[in-house]
Amino acid sequence: MAAGKELNPTEYIGHHLTHDARPFLGDGGFWTIHVDSVAVGILLGFVGIGLIWWVVRGATSGVPGKRQAFVELLVGFVDDQARGIFRHGDRNKFIAPAALTVFVWVLLMNSMDFLPVDIVALGTHHISAHGFRIVPTADVNTTFALALSVWFLMLYFSVAAKGWGGWMHELFCAPFGGKLFPLNLLFNAIEYLSKPLSHSLRLYGNMYAGEIIFLLLWMWAATGLVGTIFGSLLGLGWAIFHILIVALQAYVFMMLTIVYLSMAHEHH
Amino acid sequence: MNINFTLFAQALVFTAFIWFTVRFVWPPLLRAIGARQKQIADGLAAGERGKKSLEVSSKQAEQTIQEARERAAEIIVQAEKRDAQMIEEAKAAAKAEGDREKAAAKADIQQEASRAREQLREQVAALAVAGAEKILRREVDAKAHAELLDGIKKQL
Repeated sequence: MAAGKELNPTEYIGHHLTHDARPFLGDGGFWTIHVDSVAVGILLGFVGIGLIWWVVRGATSGVPGKRQAFVELLVGFVDDQARGIFRHGDRNKFIAPAALTVFVWVLLMNSMDFLPVDIVALGTHHISAHGFRIVPTADVNTTFALALSVWFLMLYFSVAAKGWGGWMHELFCAPFGGKLFPLNLLFNAIEYLSKPLSHSLRLYGNMYAGEIIFLLLWMWAATGLVGTIFGSLLGLGWAIFHILIVALQAYVFMMLTIVYLSMAHEHH
Repeated sequence: MNINFTLFAQALVFTAFIWFTVRFVWPPLLRAIGARQKQIADGLAAGERGKKSLEVSSKQAEQTIQEARERAAEIIVQAEKRDAQMIEEAKAAAKAEGDREKAAAKADIQQEASRAREQLREQVAALAVAGAEKILRREVDAKAHAELLDGIKKQL
């Protein structure tokens, strides 16, 4: 445990749900930065994208090696999804590679959930004694950052595909026609508001809940022999089930990214 | 769940990663895959061409064999015909030779016979003359009757 003293359950969970928050400007407040989320995020991005980049740099058009075949499988999978949804131009220019980035990065960040928190904490204590959360996607800032980036891309592509006037027209005249423009505006505002919220909170909620269930199980595992056995067994079961959630949430996040960006290209 | 500057930091990181993927990861792999697809397509096309040319050449070979077979059959028929013809010719030649020899033999025989007859005739004439001489020696002058005897000889 963090400070080497006994912790009650609330303190244990609270400790593991504490970010390594450091003030970025002044004395914090909004200008606080979660060093753990950002650092792990960058590290995993470098590992994931960097690994793919390394394989791609040596890619051959001849018989691919196992590594290249794996990367091609991954890229083919993402490209298939992008091809199925995005029909408004060359998907290779932006949408498909962006989707690949989202999928790989989110999948890796979600996968940090599998690492046993208390063992990792032995190492991260040297960075921060207060807490160091290793699942960036269980930090609402990360998921909001991703969702908002996609949201801005969505606005950009909306305007780029339809022009400023076209976008305005759509904002006021779709889907009910020009006469009901206040209703249309309200409708579109709600849509624009709900998209990033549902996009980010879905991922955040799933990862956060998964983390808490792990913490509860590890807490149980600390209550004696029976607790250790059942806690470990259930932990194993939850981890196996969590593989599904981790992959599924990464997939959903990627799919929503593609869908939102495709919808931005559509004319109404 | 407190929103803070992490949001911007992560958004920045995210943007950087997307930019990197769009710029450096996606295009080279796409090129490699595209080149491989082309290679495979070319290979398949080449295979198809090879199959087609094999088909053509096997058809050609079949045709050549068929022609050779027909030619051989023709040659055999011709040879048989020639064979029969030669036998026929030989037969005819043999027959002609035989006929000729027969005719020659006949002619010889006739010649021989006529010669024998001539000799016989002469001998008979001589005999007759001798007989007549003997008869007439006593009464007739041989010289006076020679003309008469010649006439008889000719009548024989």
